[in-house]
Formats: sequence, C-alpha cells, structure tokens
Amino acid sequence: MSGRKQGGKSQPIINSIRELLAHALALEIEAVERYAELADIMSAHNNPEVAALFRKMSQIEKLHVETIHEQIDHRQLKQLPLIKYQWISAEGPETTDLADLHYLLTPKQALTLALVNERRARDYYQAILQSTVDRDTRVLAEELAVEEEEHVALLLSWLEKIPATEDNWDYDDDLPSTQD
Amino acid sequence: MNQMVDISATTPRNPADYRSKVQPIWCPGCGDYSVLMEITKAMAALELSPEQVAIVSGIGCSSRIPAYSNCYGFHGIHGRALPLATGLKVARPELTVICTGGDGDGFSIGGNHFLHACRRNVDITYIVMDNQVYGMTKGQASPTTEPNWDSVLTPGGTGIRPFQPLVIALASGANFVARAFAGDPEGTTQIIIAGIKHPGFSFIQVLSPCVTFRPEQREWRNQVRPAPVPTTADPSVAAKRIMTDDGFNLGILYQGDRPAYKSGLIASSMQADELSQEFLV
Repeated sequence: MSGRKQGGKSQPIINSIRELLAHALALEIEAVERYAELADIMSAHNNPEVAALFRKMSQIEKLHVETIHEQIDHRQLKQLPLIKYQWISAEGPETTDLADLHYLLTPKQALTLALVNERRARDYYQAILQSTVDRDTRVLAEELAVEEEEHVALLLSWLEKIPATEDNWDYDDDLPSTQD
Repeated sequence: MNQMVDISATTPRNPADYRSKVQPIWCPGCGDYSVLMEITKAMAALELSPEQVAIVSGIGCSSRIPAYSNCYGFHGIHGRALPLATGLKVARPELTVICTGGDGDGFSIGGNHFLHACRRNVDITYIVMDNQVYGMTKGQASPTTEPNWDSVLTPGGTGIRPFQPLVIALASGANFVARAFAGDPEGTTQIIIAGIKHPGFSFIQVLSPCVTFRPEQREWRNQVRPAPVPTTADPSVAAKRIMTDDGFNLGILYQGDRPAYKSGLIASSMQADELSQEFLV
C-alpha cells in the first residue's frame, strides 16, 4: 500500500500566522473526520482491531485540534480568514487516502498509513518554513514541523511493538459480497 | 470553457451537510467512498440545498449512494435509473437531478436507456462509477470488462469486445462527456460541478476501483493523467480522441452547446382528468 500521488502541486505560500493556523486547524479537523470514517468502515467489515486503532487515531487528532484552538485563542485570533487551502497532496496532509484501505488490513498496515500522514504533515510544514517570508510564520511552522516529527517518532516506536504482517494477509477463499 | 470553482475554500456549506446517518457498507478501499465525497463536495461548492437535489440510482454497489445522502433520493430498479431521473426532471425542472450507478446497471441492463438519455438531452448529470465488474454479485464480467480478464467466473476471459461508454455517449448525442478518477478528489469534484452546471445531459464516467474483485485496479492511480488536450466542442475531434486514447485520460473530453430538452407539456390536473376519461371503459 502506498500513499496517493502528489499530483505535481505547487509549494504552499503562507505568509501570516492566521493563514498558517487556518491550515493547521483544517488539516487536523480533516484527519479527525477521516479517521472516524475509516473506523466506521472497518467496524462495518468486522475488523474491530483496526477499527479501534483508527478510532484512537481520531481521538488523538481531536486533541491536536484542541491544541490548535489554544494557539488561536492565545493569539486572540477570533476569526480565521476565509482561505483557499494550499495542500501539496490531493487532500489535507494528514488525511488517509480512502483507496488505501482493505477489509483485512492489519494493525501494522493501519499504523503505517498513519505514519505516512504524519510524515506528510511534517514535510508540509517544512515546505512552508522554506517558502514563507514572514518571520513569525516561520517560527510557528518550525514548531508545528517539530511536533509532527515527534508524532512520527511515536508511531515508529509503536510500530516496532507490533508483529509484522504476514505475506498472505489478504488471502480470503470466500470474497465478500455487499451486505444487505 | 468552465470557470473553476474553488472547492477548497471555506463555503457556507460543508460536504458533511449532504450525508445521511446511514453508514456506507462498500468494501474498504472501494472507489465509491471517494465518489460519494466528491459529489457532496460539489454540492457544497455549488451551495445547493439538499432539498434542491434528487439523487436517483438503479441497482449495484454504487447505486447505494442515494441512501448515504440526505438529498431527495430514489433507489430504483436495475438499469432503470435514467428513465426515473428523466421523468423526475421533466416533472420537477427546478430540481438538480443527479443519476448515479455502475457499469453493469448503466451499460448492460440499462444500456438502451443510456442511449436515449444521451439523445434526449434532459438536464441530468449521470455519474457512472465504472469498475469493469459486477461487484455486488461477486465478480462477474461487466460490459466494460476487458476481453482477456481471466477470473474464476470467466476463465480465460470473455473474449468479448468491451462497451465504449464515452464514444457511445458522444454518438448518441450527449452534450457533455467526461472521464474522472475516484482517487482524484479535486479533479473529479471540478468535473461534477461542471457537469451539474452544464445544461442538458452530462455524462461522467468515473473510474472507481473495485479493490475486492479487481485488486489490480489499485494501480489506476499510477495510470491516470489529465487529458493532454483542452476540451473540444467538435464532436468529430472528441470522437477521434476518445477512440484512440487508452482510457486513462481524465477531464471534460467533449462539451457542446446543444440546447437542453425542455418539455412543452405543462401538466395540469384538468388535462390529467381529461386524459383519464379517455381510458375509462
């Protein structure tokens, strides 16, 4: 399984704290919603272990949303600007591609998808860090990139504790039909 | 040419506003999840009210979409989505009518309706999630399956030339012919927006992988690409392009300006009563 192609999108140009926080908030909210959706999908397909993992990821992302809200409140930015989001991926950087799912997905594979997201978010903030001309935006982008790097490290440590996925993980001699 | 709509900008409506509380049960990884998201994104970008929209479908995995939306919905019988949608649009022209389905429903069982819907040019947007297989019934070859697809149910392949929906749509008079890919949220949303805005019958083939019965379709995301040429309004140019491409060029491949069908019949209860009298024995 691999992440979605980047589609050759241009680098984000973000030159204000407000705009950066709007992006940060949007990408975390999108992640909360997508992980919850993935959990529902896996639950409907009787993969409770992976469903629980995605549910947990959604809850973790919800905490990140709260952290961004705290940043917004701290800076007394009551209203974030209406903006066009500048993603370099097809959706927000922490949004799992729906096409990467499989009903027999293993916890290891599910966490690997989360790892892809965190790395993409780190790279996204680093891209802003490189392109912005605003000093304060650069400082915040760096902070956010460091946070995402911490998440990457955390996921890597979790992944080490999970058994490897077997070669025939997707073998099923009675393929599913749609439930009615 | 179509004006691009900024789908990532925040709008007064959210795609989630168009979702029902019914949980989709497509296989994890199915392209139809993305198409559902893209349809809701398009409706949000166009700021349509759910009560302004009707989604009509036939039978098959992808035809479940009306249940997952809180717009008006009609989950009809196999292959008959287009006549239902046609009747609805003619009777209620103020509604935005979106017809959804799969390749089996649309091109086999409903194949004849497809030809005439293209010809009539009623203002409907027809979104076909094409996965080249009957997924709901466990993987039989569909009209768009390639002839050499070797499977348990078709050992050695069917040997039958596949149906070419875009060419047939064009030849039958469709005024808006496009191809999209489920895994391209921005591009597909833009095409759906353009299809809804386009007056007349808009046909959108969305390549939507069936990861269960056609796992090799996961590779589509590495094969699709934007069509290297701009949209044409010349059907002969479009026909040549569509007939010679490899099926992975994405975009609006033909957009004409044939006026949409307009009903000259304004139904009234008086006319209906008079009509019924004629049939009384």
